[in-house]
Amino acid sequence: MIKFDDVWLKYRHQERRPGALTRDVLRGISFQVPDGGFRWLTGPSGAGKTSLLKLIYLAEHPTQGRIDIMGTHAAKISRRDAALLRRRIGVVYQDFRLLPHLSAYDNVALPMRLARRNESQIQADVTEILRWVGLAGRLAALPDELSGGEQQRVAIARAVVGRPKLLVADEPTGNLDDEQAQRLMTLITALNRLGTTVVVATHNHALVNAYPAPRLEMAEGRLTAHG
Amino acid sequence: MAKRHTDPLGLHSALEDWMLPVLVAAMSFLAALTIAGALASTSLATQWRNNTAAALTIQVPQPAAPDAANNATRLAAVLRALQTMPGILNPQPLSTGAMNRLLAPWLGADAASLGLPLPAVITATWNGPGAGEAIAPALNAIAPGTLAQSGAQWAAHVTALTASLQTCAAAVLVIVALVGGALVALATRAGLAQRRDTIETIHGLGAQDSGIASLFASRATVLTATGAAAGALLALPVLLWLATLAAPLANPVPPPGAGGGLVNLPDALWAALPCLPLAAALIGWCSAQLTVRGWLRKLA
Repeated sequence: MIKFDDVWLKYRHQERRPGALTRDVLRGISFQVPDGGFRWLTGPSGAGKTSLLKLIYLAEHPTQGRIDIMGTHAAKISRRDAALLRRRIGVVYQDFRLLPHLSAYDNVALPMRLARRNESQIQADVTEILRWVGLAGRLAALPDELSGGEQQRVAIARAVVGRPKLLVADEPTGNLDDEQAQRLMTLITALNRLGTTVVVATHNHALVNAYPAPRLEMAEGRLTAHG
Repeated sequence: MAKRHTDPLGLHSALEDWMLPVLVAAMSFLAALTIAGALASTSLATQWRNNTAAALTIQVPQPAAPDAANNATRLAAVLRALQTMPGILNPQPLSTGAMNRLLAPWLGADAASLGLPLPAVITATWNGPGAGEAIAPALNAIAPGTLAQSGAQWAAHVTALTASLQTCAAAVLVIVALVGGALVALATRAGLAQRRDTIETIHGLGAQDSGIASLFASRATVLTATGAAAGALLALPVLLWLATLAAPLANPVPPPGAGGGLVNLPDALWAALPCLPLAAALIGWCSAQLTVRGWLRKLA
């Protein structure tokens, strides 16, 4: 379950005025997503969708308010336990964040290696998921050698290969053609049916309409519609 | 099938392959010379202290004049008294020839023939407790004006000098260690800055702080140990050359033509040199661990 209770977020300036806080990026966000639930996260650019996702996958701490992820109070968790919790969360980043010096295979295998799975299981799962996203012939390719769409598919494969309990995706279909987008949604809905909680941020209204599910709609850092 | 990648952070390119080892090699070279200097000064000081602390020199003015009891010459009376004093071994008056050799730089080859009122000099070995402070008053009662000089006071100066040198050497080693640690920290921070996005990604994928820190620490350990080993190896020929130069000062003096600087290096130095890469590795590991863990704390 994901539970946000009156969550506010400001960032800290890194360069100009280091340490000073920005304006409120998120303002009083409250919502719940039950275990196995699916939510679209929609809203215009700058509405705070990516910031909200960062809080879900524990890349940021809220300035105020309480967040519970999979029954764990995020503010009370130790760094070690936070790392273990992150292993149960699959994330598809908007900018893919593939490691440039690792092959497609090694990028997808990375979360399983961090979780210390055995190599035979890693090989089977990574090969299978890369075949599923249509990259069976590109296992050894470095990210620079892949197109934008291929890189996005590697990022998606990396997010789902460990069968996460929670999947968070930020514009996962942005660089995919319609056929690939359909395949991705088939994969995500299949994971959701198997019990994975899913939150997908998107601008793609056609996709949202094609796969009806409750929406979290955002504007100017606030949740304007829920459900 | 793709080969397993064992360097997920790409640290082989993020932590410079040559700069850190070269700088650590220079630090190790300095450390080796410092250790050698400290050991050599300690060895020479010990040798000098042992030789001088026991030396006792007595000057008897007007040696041919009668002693206080008017029984014998002052020289004979003092000699007799020295032979019966506890702690004094082998009192011997310097011969005229020996006196001439001693005074030759100042008075020429035959000082005794100049008619100067030269004192008689008696050498002895002091084997008693302390510096033999009671000797001079006892001899003065027999022959007024008699001086007794013990090497113990010089030995005390040598001891103080040696302690100062060892303190300086220790300070230099501490500075070298701190500079080495700072170099590793700087290199690690550069690597962190260069790999920021990658680290944030694997952090987000569930990597533990300890795991990320270990990747950096392992790389830093290899680089510092390699550099320190190179520095110690480079120092070795210099140390052997210095040992050859210092050989005539060694005790016992090696026979002429013995050469062989290898045998002249003290065992403690042979033991210390292999410790340099180990110490550098430890410093590198600790510095990298602290730097990376501190940096990671800025991440959520």
